[in-house]
Amino acid sequence: MIETRGLRKSFRSRAGRETKTVEAVRGVDLDVTAGEIFGFLGPNGAGKTTTLRMLATLIEPDGGEATIAGADLLKDPGEVRRRIGYVAQGGSTWDESTAREELVLHARMYGIAKAEAHRRAARALEAFQLTEFADRKCKTYSGGQRRRVEIALGIIHEPKIVFLDEPTTGLDPQSRAHMWDEIRRLRTDGMTVFITTHYLDEADALCDRIAIMDHGEVVAEGTPTDLKREISGDVVQVGLDLAATGEAAKLLDGEEYVNRLEVLEEGGLRLFVDEGATAIPRILRRIDGAGLDLKSIELHRPSLDDVFLTKTGRSLRES
Amino acid sequence: MKLARDTWLIFQRQLHLLLRNPVWVFVGVFQPVMYLLLFAPLLKPALNAPTQAEAYKIFVPGLLVLLAIFGGLFQGFGLIAELRAGVIERSRVTPVSRLALLLGRSLRDVVSLMAQAVIITLLALLFDLRVFIGDLLLAYLMLALIALMTSAVSYGVALKVKSEDALAPLMNTVAQPVLLLSGILLPLAFAPGWLQGVAKWNPFSWAVEGTRALFNGDISNDRVWQGLTIITVLAAAGVYWAARQFARSVR
Ligand SMILES: Nc1ncnc2c1ncn2[C@@H]1O[C@H](COP(=O)(O)OP(=O)(O)O)[C@@H](O)[C@H]1O
Ligand SMILES: [Mg+2]
Repeated sequence: MIETRGLRKSFRSRAGRETKTVEAVRGVDLDVTAGEIFGFLGPNGAGKTTTLRMLATLIEPDGGEATIAGADLLKDPGEVRRRIGYVAQGGSTWDESTAREELVLHARMYGIAKAEAHRRAARALEAFQLTEFADRKCKTYSGGQRRRVEIALGIIHEPKIVFLDEPTTGLDPQSRAHMWDEIRRLRTDGMTVFITTHYLDEADALCDRIAIMDHGEVVAEGTPTDLKREISGDVVQVGLDLAATGEAAKLLDGEEYVNRLEVLEEGGLRLFVDEGATAIPRILRRIDGAGLDLKSIELHRPSLDDVFLTKTGRSLRES
Repeated sequence: MKLARDTWLIFQRQLHLLLRNPVWVFVGVFQPVMYLLLFAPLLKPALNAPTQAEAYKIFVPGLLVLLAIFGGLFQGFGLIAELRAGVIERSRVTPVSRLALLLGRSLRDVVSLMAQAVIITLLALLFDLRVFIGDLLLAYLMLALIALMTSAVSYGVALKVKSEDALAPLMNTVAQPVLLLSGILLPLAFAPGWLQGVAKWNPFSWAVEGTRALFNGDISNDRVWQGLTIITVLAAAGVYWAARQFARSVR
């Protein structure tokens, strides 16, 4: 449904007298299958929005190519526009307009006739539970309501693919859960959904497949389950004081059953081991033997954050 | 066909939003009305005009051109607000014509200028200004073209600079000399030779002289067709350039 090869984009920005070049996206290859929820997971500044804006024909790539819903991005951007919907990260509704006006206008910008545009707007308002305040100005809406209007705008022309840039950022937990349901409903309706997020739980729970992005590059791709399985073994998280952390790290780094060790900024360690059940007693003995004060110990299966950590050497939570 | 349809669509939307808050039309007309009421009466003695009506014939066309220039030049601020709200980006992901995104907005500005011009003209009629309707309509055409050009340029610049802080000083530094060198407030006939020479390079001074000739019933004056031609060419160039900014604006 989406196929990209070597997509690149850099920006020149001026800071004082110097011009700096930011390589926002450096060669992205993606294959998104029809009917899936595909997620772009990465920290702020990873290049998610830039990639999406290229795919949505808003900015021209510096290099590479892409086919979107069968249309060539570079040769036929007009056709791409007709086949996709795009919901920007920063919002797209006008304070002084009502949801209904926005929906009708947006449908008509896709060439849909007036009467049909009104019908579709009414249907979308119903589907997104917006009917009650459809004729109130957008500036009176809550964050969640406004986000729903924006998603409704993005799919008013029934596109094959919809791009949602950080659809749940800034929403309270309840609106977020609501939004996840809406997004799953789009998939049920047969749409391919491409979302970006910097939330681990969102990528894990919502997406069929994800690509992890960092510094303009895709560093891993697959289903959340497969990605986590790639990191063999278990993760043992050891809770320690900041003061004790350094010494414990030195002690445990040499142990042959520890495959990898990460120091947590707020104190404590994450140890990647083959088998947690046999490693824990040995870890306990080692820390106890050195007379360090152990606060807690947890065993868990690798999370997407562990995947990110092994691929980039940083935790997504911290970046 | 698609262009006409899309332009109409954007025009309707913008006009609708304007009419929801029509106070702006009146705010826009407030300052020129003040000039008309409080400044124009000084002109009869100052210009040595035989009657008050003669003075108005010189002053009102200048005032209207001034309104058209400034009304247009400051439309960019509204666009920056739309840019910030994401409305422009949202429009640009649809197949809507890029030229229509500009024309729909600029035509709304032309219509709102026309409403203001009519208010000013009606008020001036109360002060014994008399113009033939044919001449007046041609003068309105000149004003419409000026507003089309200045609003298009303002939108184009707004898309380039993307911030109010950059747009305001830019528009002011452009507008001030243009204004002073166009003989808008007083005819350049009073100016020393060097000033007249400089003003010859200001397209608006041709437009002002053309409009004055029309208000004077002097439709065969060369300045009329010259002014109209110059402004038409510039308006077309401005629209073309600004529409390109809509097609490729980045964030
Ligand atoms: N229009 C632009 N001009 C200059 N730099 C930009 C522009 N857009 C994005 N960038 C830079 O490109 C990088 C990637 O940004 P972005 O794609 O927005 O990341 P993300 O959406 O993953 O947070 C960042 O360093 C950002 O500052
Ligand atoms: Mg982003």
